Amino acid sequence: MPRDKAGQFFGSGHTNNWAVTCTSQFWFNYRHVANTLSVYRSVKRLGIPDSHIVLMLADDMACNHRNPKPATVFSHKNMELNVYGDDVEVDYRGYEVTVENFLRVLTGRLPPSTPRSKRLLSDDRSNILIYLTGHGGNGFLKFQDSEEISNVELADAFEQMWQKRRYNELLFIIDTCQGASMYERFYSPNLMALASSQVGEDSLSHQPDLAIGVHLMDRYTFYLLEFLEDIHPASTTNMNDLFKVCPKSQCVSTPGHRTDLFLRDPGSVLITDFFGSVRKVEITMETINLTSPVEQVEDK
Amino acid sequence: VSLSVVLLQGQHAALAIAAVVIIVGVPLWWRTTETYRAWLPVTQINELAKLQLQLSVDVEVVFARGTLTPEQQKKVPLTQTQDEEHMVDEDTALRYRYETRYRTATIMEEDALNQPTAAEADLSLHTLSESPCGSVVVYVIPEASSLLPEVVEVYIGQRRTAMLRIGAQMRVGRTLKQLLAHLEPRIQQVLQVMSFSHSDITAALSDRVRPSPGNKESLADSMRAFKSSPGYEITFSLLNPDPKSHRLHWDIESAVQNYIQPLLTKLAPVANFSIDSQILYYAMLGVNPRYDSSLSAYTLSADSLAHVINPVEARLGSNAASSNPVLNFLLYVPDAHHSPLYIHDHKKQKVHSNAFHSPRWGGIMVYNVNDFYGPDPVFPMDINISMAKVMGVFLAQLRLLLGVQSSATPPGFVVASCGSAGLADWELDRLMWSRTVENVATATTTITSLAQLLDQIGNIVINDNIAQQVSSTVTSLQLAVAELEAGNLGFALQYSKEAILASERAFFDPSLLHLLYFPDDQKFAIYIPLFLPMCVPILLSLLKMLSEARQRRKEKQAKRD
Repeated sequence: MPRDKAGQFFGSGHTNNWAVTCTSQFWFNYRHVANTLSVYRSVKRLGIPDSHIVLMLADDMACNHRNPKPATVFSHKNMELNVYGDDVEVDYRGYEVTVENFLRVLTGRLPPSTPRSKRLLSDDRSNILIYLTGHGGNGFLKFQDSEEISNVELADAFEQMWQKRRYNELLFIIDTCQGASMYERFYSPNLMALASSQVGEDSLSHQPDLAIGVHLMDRYTFYLLEFLEDIHPASTTNMNDLFKVCPKSQCVSTPGHRTDLFLRDPGSVLITDFFGSVRKVEITMETINLTSPVEQVEDK
Repeated sequence: VSLSVVLLQGQHAALAIAAVVIIVGVPLWWRTTETYRAWLPVTQINELAKLQLQLSVDVEVVFARGTLTPEQQKKVPLTQTQDEEHMVDEDTALRYRYETRYRTATIMEEDALNQPTAAEADLSLHTLSESPCGSVVVYVIPEASSLLPEVVEVYIGQRRTAMLRIGAQMRVGRTLKQLLAHLEPRIQQVLQVMSFSHSDITAALSDRVRPSPGNKESLADSMRAFKSSPGYEITFSLLNPDPKSHRLHWDIESAVQNYIQPLLTKLAPVANFSIDSQILYYAMLGVNPRYDSSLSAYTLSADSLAHVINPVEARLGSNAASSNPVLNFLLYVPDAHHSPLYIHDHKKQKVHSNAFHSPRWGGIMVYNVNDFYGPDPVFPMDINISMAKVMGVFLAQLRLLLGVQSSATPPGFVVASCGSAGLADWELDRLMWSRTVENVATATTTITSLAQLLDQIGNIVINDNIAQQVSSTVTSLQLAVAELEAGNLGFALQYSKEAILASERAFFDPSLLHLLYFPDDQKFAIYIPLFLPMCVPILLSLLKMLSEARQRRKEKQAKRD
C-alpha cells in the first residue's frame, strides 16, 4: 500500500512550481494588468508562494491617477473581485519590464547583484507556468509600446532553459491577438502551450466598465479566471478541461493549444501541477538518538 | 582642355574611387562591424562531450589470523585489478576499476581485532592508521570469531573499514584463488554500500542522461536530495501559534553548535553552509487537525500534510543576498487548544518522530508541550524545548535531504551508527563520489551546450572573460577526470567544483544576451540605405568605362580591317 502511494506522489516528477507573468503599458491597457493579476491571484490562492512567482507589470493601474477607485484593479464590471488585493508583490515594474529583462529572467543571465526575488531559481524538477498578455501580432508580442519579442527568441530562450535543465515541464499561456503564432516555433521537449486566438484572429476584450472608463479584462482570461476559481489545491481537474475553456461562442476567437512536445498525456496532467503547488511529502521514519551515542533508531 | 582629357580624368577618378572602396572600404567595414569573438577551445570541448569516466577505488583486504592456511598465506601479499565497464548511452561510458590489495594482518591489527565487540575493534583499528579518502579496508575474520553476533556476516564501521566473516567451509584444502573467488561477491556488496553502486552513479549522471522511467524508488531518491550546489542555506524556524499560552525557549545557538555544526564541518569539502534561525509568532499550520477521541489527541493525516507547507512558506522569508538553495527546518509547537498533536502515517499509525519532510525543501516537526503542564497550569507557561530530541529529527532529515543515503543494506549486514559528527567517513565518501560525477556531468553538459549555442548564433559577442572561464572549465574537467582515474577522490571533487563554478559563470554571463536574434532582412534594411546610394554611381561609371573600352576595341579592329 505505501509503495503505491509513493508511486502516485511522484507521478508528476516535479517538486516545486514557479510562475512568471508579464504585461504591457498605458492606462487604456488596464485589462492586460487585470489579466495578469487575476492569474497571479489564482496561482497564489492555489499555493505558490511569492518567493516562487516573478510578477512583471509594465504599468501601475491601481495607483494610476486616472483610476476612480484607487488601490484596486477589478476584473468584472460589478466590481466583485478586486484582483489587486493587499499582498501583491510585483518583482519587475514599469520600465524594468523589457524584452531583455524577460529573457534574462528566463535564461538566468542576470547580473550578480540581482536579488533573489527577481530571479527564476528553478531546477530540473520545477514546473513552470508562463503567462503573457498584451498586444501581439503574427510572430511577436509587444512590450512597452516600443519593442517586441519574437517567437523565435522565445523558442530559443526555452531551448536554453532546457539545455541547463531549468525546468521539468513548462506551461505557456498567451492572451494576445494571433497568440497561436507565438508557440509555433517551440522545439524543446516538455512544453505545453495555450493561446487565446489563432493566427489571423484578434483576441477580444470582455466588457467595459463605464465608471472606470476602460475595458476590464480580456475574454479568454476572464473565462480562465472563472475556471480557476473552481479549482482548489486538492482538486483533480486535468488539462483537457483547461483546453475547453472559452469556446468560440464565448470568446469569438478560437483558442488553440499545442501538446506535441509534451511527454505526458494531457489528460493525466493535473491543473494543480502548474497552477498550484502541491508539495510531495514523506514521513520521517528515522531519527538519530543524540543523547546516547549508540543506536540509530529505525522504524520501517 | 580637350574633351578626351576630361573624359580620361573622369575615368581615372571613377577607377580610383572604386579602388578605394574595394581595397580600403570593404575590409574596413568588415572589421569594424564584425562581432568580437574570443577563441574557444572547441576541439577539447567536443572531446569532453564524449564522456569516458573511470572511477578507481583502492581496496585493501586484510586477512586476520585463522582465516588463511599456511600455503594460502605464502601467496599473499597479492594485488588484483578488476574492471567493470558500462555503456550508459552513446556519449557516456563508465569504467569502475577496483584495485584490490590482499595482505595479512599486522600484530597491532590483530591486537585491535581482539576486542570484545565490533564497535570497539573498529575504534582501536582507527588509532592505528587513517585510510585515505575514497578507499575501503575489509578485515576478514575467522568463522568462529566472537566479534560479530551469530547471524551477522558483515559489520560496517564508522570510518572506512568493514569486518567480514569468512564462511566455515572455506578453510580446508582450497587454493587462494578459490578463496578469493568465494569472498568476491560479498566484498562487492560491501563496496556497493561503502563506495558507490552503478545505480548511484547513473542517478548522478541525470543531467547528461535522462533517467529511464524505471524504478520508482530510485526516482524518489533522486528527487528528494538537493542537486549539487557550491553552497546551501539552512534555516531553523520555531513556530509559536499561541504565545498567550506558551512562552517558548529554545537554545538554538548551542544546539546548532553541538549537533549540526560537526556534520557541516565534515561536509566542508562538499559545500559551504550558512545557518540562520528565527521565531515566528501566530503562524498557524493551515490545516485543521482532527480530534481523535480514542487517543484523546488531535491528529494530522498523511494526506493533509502536503497542504501544510504552503501557507507557512509565505511567512518564512529568505536571505536575499545569495541564490543558494534553502533548506527549511520548522519546529511547530501546537497551540494549547490543539495539544497534543500527532502525525499519522498512511496506515493511521502514530509516527514515532512526529515529523515529515518534503523533497528539496526541508522538514517540519511537531513538538507537543502538554506534558510540561503541571497539575495547575498558569498561562503563559515557560517551556524549555529539549533540543537534543529536536536536533535528532532535524539531523536525520538533513542527512536525507543532502543525499547521504542510507540505502537498503543487504541481509546479514550491520551498519554502525554514524558517530558524533552525524556522518560516517564512508558515507562522506559515497556523497563525494556521486557529487564528483554529478559535477563533471553537469559541467560537461553546460560547456558543450554553450559551445553549440555560440556556434549556432554567429552574432553573439564572446568576451575574453568568457573564453577564459571556458578554458579554465576545460582544464578543471580534464584534471577532475584524471584524478578520478588515479583514485584521488578529494582532489577530483575539488577540481569538479572548480569546473562547475567556471562553467556556470561562463554560461550565465550577462553579456551573452545581446544580438541574440538578428534576422537577415533587418540587416539588409540597415545597410541598403547607406551603401546603395554610394555604390550606384560607382557601378554605373565602371559599366560606362567598360562599354567605352569595348567600343574602342571594336573601332580598332574595324580600323585594322
